[in-house]
Amino acid sequence: MKRRITASPGAWIVWGVVAFFFVNLAGVIGSVLVSSFGTRWFDTWLPQGFTTDWYGAAWREFGLLDVLTVTLEVSLLVVAISVLVGLPASYVLARRAFPGRRLLYLLFLLPILMPPITYGIPLATVLYKYGFAGHLSGVVLANLVPSIPFVILTMTPFIEQVDPAIERAARMCGARTHQVFTRILAPLLVPGILAASVLVLVRTVGMFELTFLTAGPDSQTLVVALYYTMSAAGIRAQQSVDAMAVIYTSMMLVLLVVALRYVNPTQLVARVKDDDDD
Amino acid sequence: MTALRHRLAERGIDRQLALLLPALLCVLVLFVYPFAYGVGLSFQPSSGGVLGAYRTFFEDPYQRDTIATTLGLSLPAALLNVAASVPIAYRMRGRFRGKRLMTTLLVVPITLGTVLTAEGLLNFLGPTGWFNRILPGDAVRLTNNYWGVFFSLIITGFPFAFLLILSYLSGIDPSLEKAAATLGAGWWQRFRRITLPLLAPGLATTFCLTFVLAFSVFPSAVLVGDPAGSTRVISIAAYHAGYEAYDYPLASAIAVVMGVIELVVVAVALGLRSLFYTGTTSSGKG
Repeated sequence: MKRRITASPGAWIVWGVVAFFFVNLAGVIGSVLVSSFGTRWFDTWLPQGFTTDWYGAAWREFGLLDVLTVTLEVSLLVVAISVLVGLPASYVLARRAFPGRRLLYLLFLLPILMPPITYGIPLATVLYKYGFAGHLSGVVLANLVPSIPFVILTMTPFIEQVDPAIERAARMCGARTHQVFTRILAPLLVPGILAASVLVLVRTVGMFELTFLTAGPDSQTLVVALYYTMSAAGIRAQQSVDAMAVIYTSMMLVLLVVALRYVNPTQLVARVKDDDDD
Repeated sequence: MTALRHRLAERGIDRQLALLLPALLCVLVLFVYPFAYGVGLSFQPSSGGVLGAYRTFFEDPYQRDTIATTLGLSLPAALLNVAASVPIAYRMRGRFRGKRLMTTLLVVPITLGTVLTAEGLLNFLGPTGWFNRILPGDAVRLTNNYWGVFFSLIITGFPFAFLLILSYLSGIDPSLEKAAATLGAGWWQRFRRITLPLLAPGLATTFCLTFVLAFSVFPSAVLVGDPAGSTRVISIAAYHAGYEAYDYPLASAIAVVMGVIELVVVAVALGLRSLFYTGTTSSGKG
């Protein structure tokens, strides 16, 4: 099936809007990039000269090595725990009918439907009460709240695609539940698990509110550190803040490139497959 | 004992449901309990009786107006994101060269997050930024006010809404539309009678998720907005109460108010969608 785009007025408008969006997006990202390499940039199109000094300055001043280590630790822990906890639950929710299923589904949906600040403030209060907040453990616990439901929601369509007959056949051959999981489902679900992990990873690295509310000085992730340096503007040179922002962006872009090897962004919630093109 | 187990199994309750327990436990301990704790805390202010914290919030116009400010930012932004995504996604749902590249590019702003977008907007739209250099005439003030925050919501929200709607659209079986085309339906009829009703649940979900993103706007409202005035959104009020005034009951009360408003909007969106959906099905039959 081929659908050629002919240049009707509607098509021009649509492509025009998209192009305008992308031009502005390029401007937003490009201005940060150019500024981070610039020496002095006031009322001109481009900075007066170019330098890479700001990266060294940002790296030293903000202790970026520690921040990056924390970011990596937090995100990997969150990914591992949320997949381990979320996968079995999403299997049961996708396959089984039992009393209270809809209620349970709603309960798992709520943390995604609520703005993070709404539950983040009471959660941070509770985590401070029990001494978790201000440390790595508190940041991980807080980030689990949206991540587990997210894994459940992402995995459900993948599990529904696996033919139950395969599992029944395995059961007929005498496999127990954990064997069905490790031998049958896990290999079939690898694309789904990778997709969910990568999405949770991207969300956790980019998650501002929950980390912001629960992090202490030694447990800031990159995005929170970036926020603090930005809101304390005037102390640091604008360019070194920009350099830090570029480091954050490139980290996210690397993650994104990895992510898109496993996830087609349009198939995130799709249930029916595209037509085969012939 | 065995008999009981069999009878429960007939109703769908058996040991396999234990697989739910870890996730359920996490949600109960990390979400339900803190939320209940927060609600409880909001009814125990240091002064003013049970409803003192809520009274403090609603009697002070500086606090109360944050609701209108937040809705004034997030509703238009979410509606615009969804409304712009539908025609664009409808046109792009087929296959064309560069589609993968375009969807990849659209994921970029989602991953950037609000903090980086804020930094970029300050540079790009600022008084000496590239945008104002291209525009003729005097510099337009687009940062540190309503528009800065609004643009940041569009930049992060539009790709998100677009990708969701695109995936819902590609989830609709194309043979349905082909059948309608065979029966002589024009593109508007196909869109109105086939695609839109099937898309309605997706539209409602997309609107809700985009609205949640826009409603909880915090970093961009501080960084590109005017956090003491025109973009003092409700999350800033909650943060100030909790972390700068150390008034946890008030902070929890604001969080509860936020949650309630958010759920009301989501409920209205889902309610509208159910009205809309039954309407079109019946007209299709009639």
